[in-house]
Amino acid sequence: MRGDLAALEVLRPRRLAEALAALADSDRPCPIAGGTDLYVALNEGRAPARRFLDLSRLDELTGLETTPSGLRLGARTTYTELRASRLVRRRAPVLAEMAASVGAIAIQNRGTLGGSLGNASPASDPAPVLLALDAAVELAARDGRRVVRRRVPLDRFFIGYRETAARPDELIVAVLLPSSALEGWRYAYRKVGTRRAQAISKVVAAVGLELGARPRRIAAARIAYGSMAPTPVRARAAEAALAGRAPTSAAGRAAARALLAEDLHPIDDLRSSADYRALVAGRLLESLLGALGGFRPGLDD
Amino acid sequence: MKLRLEVNGRPRSADVPPMKRLLDVLRDDLRLTGTKEGCGEGECGACAVLLDGELVNSCLVPACQADRRAVTTVEGLAAPDGSLHPVQQAFWEKGGAQCGICTPGMLVAAVALVERARRPSDAEIREWLAGNLCRCTGYVKIVEAVAAAARARRPGAGARRPKRVKR
Ligand SMILES: Cc1cc2nc3c(=O)[nH]c(=O)nc-3n(C[C@H](O)[C@H](O)[C@H](O)COP(=O)(O)OP(=O)(O)OC[C@H]3O[C@@H](n4cnc5c(N)ncnc54)[C@H](O)[C@@H]3O)c2cc1C
Ligand code: FES
Ligand code: FES
Repeated sequence: MRGDLAALEVLRPRRLAEALAALADSDRPCPIAGGTDLYVALNEGRAPARRFLDLSRLDELTGLETTPSGLRLGARTTYTELRASRLVRRRAPVLAEMAASVGAIAIQNRGTLGGSLGNASPASDPAPVLLALDAAVELAARDGRRVVRRRVPLDRFFIGYRETAARPDELIVAVLLPSSALEGWRYAYRKVGTRRAQAISKVVAAVGLELGARPRRIAAARIAYGSMAPTPVRARAAEAALAGRAPTSAAGRAAARALLAEDLHPIDDLRSSADYRALVAGRLLESLLGALGGFRPGLDD
Repeated sequence: MKLRLEVNGRPRSADVPPMKRLLDVLRDDLRLTGTKEGCGEGECGACAVLLDGELVNSCLVPACQADRRAVTTVEGLAAPDGSLHPVQQAFWEKGGAQCGICTPGMLVAAVALVERARRPSDAEIREWLAGNLCRCTGYVKIVEAVAAAARARRPGAGARRPKRVKR
């Protein structure tokens, strides 16, 4: 299996335009960022390509910054950088919380947001959190001599099992968080796995609430799940069940009912059973809503 | 490709395929066999090394991404005169190693922690070492050893200050 690795080639551009030119080629290489997903496949002898495109020297894919429309997180941002960033901890602390739950330190040091989105695993931890944050993905491709960029809302990015809306000649350049989702919203996240570290989730959920003060009402909600479907999913029926209601345990129960009736169709697989997933998904929603809305799930109002 | 690295403070070079694992470069090309392979998939931490001071699993790192960077392996933890790093000394004294297969990775991970946290709590030590699996010790002695090393390292505690990990 290691003999295989010796035959692999790699391009190591320093400029985004060069990297995109390589992807515009018919013999296109496979991007590699931190390698924490790719090397698991390579070490098992499942090489997805013969040629690779190393993104680790592309500075244009790094950086966490405030923009006029919100926050921009470079595709090469690692989990360690998310945890350490003051900007992230102040404006989107749920992302730092998510990052701390991924793998263990060595994985957090290498794994990137772009790699997670590119890998498009239904069990991704970043995906549901970014869906709840109403994120968009910035993609770039080469068109002749020009670099063309476009934005795809994350809820239209995951189109099938490990399939994304990005074309093969496009790179994920950044993740964009709109200020409309950062101001006035609160978020909670929880992942359930076999153990705390290094575990792929059985169920992972992220919830965002916009709470009005007087009267105290849920103005809007965004809810997303991972490991429950072939792609990470928004739970729109549960969101609708909450809109306009007071944040109470009755509202939480109604949302959980809508969630299980309409949004989620959990499956049995090697990590968990459908029944377990459904039970946990509903309980997670109630407990996350309770944490955000200030009620104790299970108690009558 | 011609790979140039600084390994344990010394410049080294090797002619290697660019996607070869850093783990194999260290073991096969540079004959540094202290770094072990357990799972080959990022789960066990037996292959842990520091890359520019950051803890990584060398089974998941392509050689090309280590080019012109500094690598610290278990062989580089002791002082040049052979005296042990406080973390190694503490593992020795507290019984932090049994069969030894996890030990190089544990030591490297523990050194990375002790170099940056002056008074890590048991919870922090456990979080930091969560990517390093051990089938023998039950972890308790390892956590005790790391806590003892962190204490010994604090200025005024009378211990030799370990060599800084190269960044
Ligand atoms: C032991 C272990 C534990 C893990 N634990 C977790 C966990 O708890 N939660 C979790 O969510 N994940 C986990 N992972 C999975 C993995 O670490 C993450 O998905 C990580 O974010 C992948 O990023 P990377 O940069 O390493 O990706 P790579 O392996 O470099 O790339 C992954 C895929 O994305 C593509 N890609 C990378 N960057 C781009 C880009 N900019 N544009 C387009 N395509 C791109 C690559 O071509 C490849 O197909 C774990 C992995 C391991 C080995
Ligand atoms: S051999 Fe690298 S983590 Fe197990
Ligand atoms: S001492 Fe044997 S695996 Fe840790």
